[in-house]
Amino acid sequence: MHISEGILSLPVLAAGTAFAAAGTGIGLKRLDPDRIPKTGILAAAFFVASLIHVPIGPSSVHLILNGVVGLILGWAAFPAILVALVLQAVFFQYGGITTLGANTVLMALPAVICYYAFHPLIHKRPAIALTAAFACGMLAVMLSGLLLSGFLVFTGQHFLEVSAMVIAAHIPVMIIEGIITMFCIGFLKKVQPALLR
Amino acid sequence: MLDEPFASGNSVIHRLDPRFRVMAAIVYSFVVAIVYRFPALGLALAASLSMIGLAGLNPGRVFYRLLLVNGFVALFWVVLPFTAGGEILYQLGPLGIQKRGIVLAAQITLKSNAILMALIALTATMSFATLGHAMNQLKFPEKLVYLLLLTYRYIFVIEQEYKKILRAIKIRGFSPGTSLHCYKTYAYVIGMLFVRASARAERVYQAMRCRGFAGKFYSLAEFDSSRRNYVFTALVTLAAAGILYLEYLPK
Repeated sequence: MHISEGILSLPVLAAGTAFAAAGTGIGLKRLDPDRIPKTGILAAAFFVASLIHVPIGPSSVHLILNGVVGLILGWAAFPAILVALVLQAVFFQYGGITTLGANTVLMALPAVICYYAFHPLIHKRPAIALTAAFACGMLAVMLSGLLLSGFLVFTGQHFLEVSAMVIAAHIPVMIIEGIITMFCIGFLKKVQPALLR
Repeated sequence: MLDEPFASGNSVIHRLDPRFRVMAAIVYSFVVAIVYRFPALGLALAASLSMIGLAGLNPGRVFYRLLLVNGFVALFWVVLPFTAGGEILYQLGPLGIQKRGIVLAAQITLKSNAILMALIALTATMSFATLGHAMNQLKFPEKLVYLLLLTYRYIFVIEQEYKKILRAIKIRGFSPGTSLHCYKTYAYVIGMLFVRASARAERVYQAMRCRGFAGKFYSLAEFDSSRRNYVFTALVTLAAAGILYLEYLPK
């Protein structure tokens, strides 16, 4: 999920940059140097996983997975997502320089919120854990969609309709992300629970 | 996957100090991002086109890159002319095409393409490792640069792991479709990717420690410090000043 260059107004871009800098600062500060290789390699895994296209009816959507990022990385989601976005901006020109902050906040803030909301629940018994994982995947995408439309509306009222469309387009993605996050967390709990500590 | 088609070359831009290019790209992008008037946007587009020209990039490839990212912009052309309000230019059945929407969509198109062209000309013309070293010397947080280079390094490895898993599920007869089974399979593929990535991270970190790794990458890059860099900086500053002048010029 990206906002391209040239759309947002200066106050929104500046606020996005400031919040992203603050979040990344906290993330880096809490990131033990011993954990950087792990964070980097997991960020690479998220980068690759987000290129997977999942079929839905005649079309397909690509995964965002910021819910899973949040559950595994916590605050380190900020630097990890920033890094992934820099790579996408330089290699694919998705996003860009001025929108880097806004795009980071868009994806990383929901990840951190989901970390606090659902991380304590995924170690409970399976029924609770899987429901929490589903809600986590869904909520992360929903919050990202809401932030995206918030950025658009704060830029100008004329973006109201576009932002409504953006939210509508995210509803199927939310459901798929919920399902994928649920199975993915279920899998990790069985195979390598240490990843979710 | 992450190919760098523009990174090698011998143009004026390729030979500039990467630090100057990174700073110029950041400042120039923000200047273009805040202007709305058409003369200013026109100048920005011309300046960005000349950067592409100076970098001697293949126009077809640049155009292809821009085409791919203009999808989000196309959405605005579909929606804004009907919803932005204001004076109606043309009545299309029940829908009126409004002037304000066309103007807004045109502004967004010009602006985003101008910024993206500058981004390609200035930052895609260096290898990613060089970009990391330039950021390091520009005093970006050390941990961040380290994370960036490490992520870049491992994307290729993880992609191979992904392809391996994909081949394995295909051999077992998996075909994608809209079904719970398909989503479950993809979720397990992703889970497996994380498991393998974290196991690899463990091994990589141990190997790095064995070689005396102490928490930072050292950049040995020595960048070009000729007068060319200052001429380039002056030109970009001039372009940015011109764009701002056209924007804030009293009517």
